[in-house]
Amino acid sequence: MAEAAIQTQRPGGRARFRPGAAAGRWPLRGVALVYLALFILLPVAAIIQRGYGTGLGNLTGALSSFGAWNAIKLTLIMAVLTAIINGAFGTLLAYVLVRFRFPGRSLLSTVVDLPFAIPTLVAGVMLVALYGPSSAVGGWLEKHGIQIVFAPPGILLALLFVTLPLVVRSVQPVLLELDPAEEEAARVLGAGRWTTFRRVVFPALRPAITAGSLQALARALGEFGAIVIVSGNIPNKTLTAPVLISQLINPTSYGASGGPDQAAAVSALLFGLAFVIVLITEKISSRGSGWLKS
Amino acid sequence: MTATPTRQRPASRPAARRPGTRRQRLVPGILLAVALGYVLILLIGPLGGIIYYAFKSGISAIGQTFTQPDVQHALYLTFIIMLITVVVNTVFGIIVALVLARDKFPGKRLVSALVDLPLAVSPVIVGLMAVLLFGRGGWFEPFFAARGIQVIFAVPSMVLVTIFISIPFVIREVVPVLQELGLEEEQAAWTLGASKAQTFFRVTLPNIRWGLLYGIALSAARAIGEVGAVLIVSGAIQGQTETATLFILRAFDQFQDQQGYIVALTLAAFSILLLIGIETFKRKRTREAR
Repeated sequence: MAEAAIQTQRPGGRARFRPGAAAGRWPLRGVALVYLALFILLPVAAIIQRGYGTGLGNLTGALSSFGAWNAIKLTLIMAVLTAIINGAFGTLLAYVLVRFRFPGRSLLSTVVDLPFAIPTLVAGVMLVALYGPSSAVGGWLEKHGIQIVFAPPGILLALLFVTLPLVVRSVQPVLLELDPAEEEAARVLGAGRWTTFRRVVFPALRPAITAGSLQALARALGEFGAIVIVSGNIPNKTLTAPVLISQLINPTSYGASGGPDQAAAVSALLFGLAFVIVLITEKISSRGSGWLKS
Repeated sequence: MTATPTRQRPASRPAARRPGTRRQRLVPGILLAVALGYVLILLIGPLGGIIYYAFKSGISAIGQTFTQPDVQHALYLTFIIMLITVVVNTVFGIIVALVLARDKFPGKRLVSALVDLPLAVSPVIVGLMAVLLFGRGGWFEPFFAARGIQVIFAVPSMVLVTIFISIPFVIREVVPVLQELGLEEEQAAWTLGASKAQTFFRVTLPNIRWGLLYGIALSAARAIGEVGAVLIVSGAIQGQTETATLFILRAFDQFQDQQGYIVALTLAAFSILLLIGIETFKRKRTREAR
């Protein structure tokens, strides 16, 4: 790549230009930064100012309201479970998709992407259709004492549904790059299948698995659409933090009330958590194969 | 990398562990079964459930649902919001992608984290942000109120939150393609006398088209499915600011499950069409990036 060797003299002798070089860079850079600042930074500033502009009063007020603390706890537990379960199954699916050859493989690959395309609310509706008390499957499970819809397992299923592709699509490219020769070498040297995975494949995949799981965690913390129909939103039992926030803002609908200021305080808390997770993910994938290689 | 590893195991190894024996085939079989079972329970089963319920009361119920004016308006509104979102995020997405892929400046990592932010922030919080900016007592409320423009509880705020939520998709798909592409072709075009616009439309754009289309399809899917943010800013006024997803929400709230299932299946069917597009674009993009 002898970049310097390219002499970019324009015919007609106009000013020298290398695409992407300093010339003409500022307008583009300016538009990009203004767009991001207007659409992302400004709203974030508003939420912090409204939630904490008057100190921590709004947060303590919101937390002392009915069911708020339990909502945050439930959200955290469900999100962590989602990240762990999909971390495992997502890796398995990626492994199966990359290393195995079987009929219907490309169909499976398409199905895994289904949650990217299907509206999250529709995902929730689907889960109610299959596991709700009025359906055959849900009725059978209920008879055996397992309640899924309007209970925490339903929330978990909804979160697993919407976050599955995140882990698979994070692990898959790394696995594709990983030379099967390394695995073969380990096997030839006498390592079992599990040992090979644990000692050869897993260390190479670990950053991707972590990044994918963290994305799933962040997504699960904020999920609203998939949960709102499945969970039933019972305070102290199945009410999650995002649903609580929506109830704080539109108090007419259900139980909790407290107004946008308290909503902003809880939001800023969740938001801060999500942002930290994004930064960590960014850090991890910058070492591996993130979408932005620098 | 010239020596290909031989598959021969040391002679002393027990024969039972050679590839191709029953135990060796059993393990992949189990792994495959577990993976497929998980997908079946989580994705396929529920899809079957919704199809069953939508068709349960027959075709006439479906026809009757689609002739309702509030259903028609909801689908129309969803389509309009998706269209505006996709156009805005495509144009500005390409610009941001060009800057992120080609430009170097301090704080670039932070900007890329900023691009990812909408993926991590709860849509409900996005809605709240819009309320805080444009609602009563909001920073921009006086400005728009003085000009008689209704933002909150109206379509403008619904478009704004949907744009916010689908910002990352085009950018994240186009940047890697641009980085793989390098600058040589554009430099060649420029040296041969093409203008900046010509270089972009004749060289850059054709090269990134599959990645771009993939990002656009993802944005469209996200825009159609948005519910949390839109619920908060729109007020969900029936026949006015009610999108398809908000209609589904209301249908289930008012125990009109049948209508909810039908509209939900409509959105699901459209998403699956988009998904087929997404998969095609992705395959072509992967080839493009190599």
